[in-house]
Amino acid sequence: MQILVQIVLVLAVVLVSVALMRGGSNDRHLAIRRIMLILFACVAALSVFFPIALTHVARLLGIGRGTDLVLYALIVSFLVFMATTYQRFRNMENTLTLLSRRIALDESVRPWAIPANDSGPAE
Amino acid sequence: MYNEASVVGSVIKGLLPEFPHVVCIDDGSTDGSQRAAREAGAVVVQHPVNLGQGAALQTGLEYALSDPEVDAIVTFDADGQHRVEDAKAMVARIHAGEADVVLGSRFLDGRTRVSWLKRLVLKVAAIQSRLATGMALTDAHNGLRVFEPSVAAQIHLRQNRMAHASELVHQLAAIKPRWVEQPVVIIYTDYSRSKGQSLLNSVNILADLFFR
Repeated sequence: MQILVQIVLVLAVVLVSVALMRGGSNDRHLAIRRIMLILFACVAALSVFFPIALTHVARLLGIGRGTDLVLYALIVSFLVFMATTYQRFRNMENTLTLLSRRIALDESVRPWAIPANDSGPAE
Repeated sequence: MYNEASVVGSVIKGLLPEFPHVVCIDDGSTDGSQRAAREAGAVVVQHPVNLGQGAALQTGLEYALSDPEVDAIVTFDADGQHRVEDAKAMVARIHAGEADVVLGSRFLDGRTRVSWLKRLVLKVAAIQSRLATGMALTDAHNGLRVFEPSVAAQIHLRQNRMAHASELVHQLAAIKPRWVEQPVVIIYTDYSRSKGQSLLNSVNILADLFFR
């Protein structure tokens, strides 16, 4: 029974991660991530006052201890963080590429644009 | 080119008698490759920072397309692994109107000696791109290619590093030009072997393709 719940949980983790990974950085995904963060913070704060409650929820899910539940949530949030950071880096890299290319092309010599009489030897 | 100062000059000197318009994309080299290329007689377009081979390829295509009289664009690696006569034969096929894109392949005949492991990796890459795009290529990762300008204008590479080769095949499959493969010889020198792609890099290529 427990292994079944665990498989379902792992699948949920993977699916949520992939969905957020693929979504890129539009506003809806940003909102979803923020909601998840707030939920996570609330659960973490509540667990300080009611540690038994968290363990109870974990038992219902077949995980055993409340700390394990927190650990799983941490792993999910880390994966999402990794994915969104990767996306952001890709976008940044793309911007840098376009900018560098513009500079490279603007600075380049264009032999066909120079009148024939002063073309001279190549630089 | 990226830090190829010791060879790029002779590569350009080999090209110039056949191809008077040689442009060399410098990808932020720090070893004076730019000067070597200029002294050899090429036009040098300089990336201000190192971006990767795919980015350099795209810059080269865009530069070449800005020449209004361009009639064929050859991409030719700066490390001396390609032969000028192969490039010449490929351009002749474009000029003859036989195709819009001519892609070099080292596997159409037995002249290029490739280690079995490298052969396996390149074959798997070729089969993967065939399954994904329907283009029956024998060598997807060969840097020697010739494009007709109207085809080159439709290529927009976004993969800066090595995954650009697969990306290029995907884009060609969407453009649907008339394409042919040309048997070419890759010259594996000690120099190109020491600089060349480590097979481990194929892991990076897969990761780049998956997480785009």
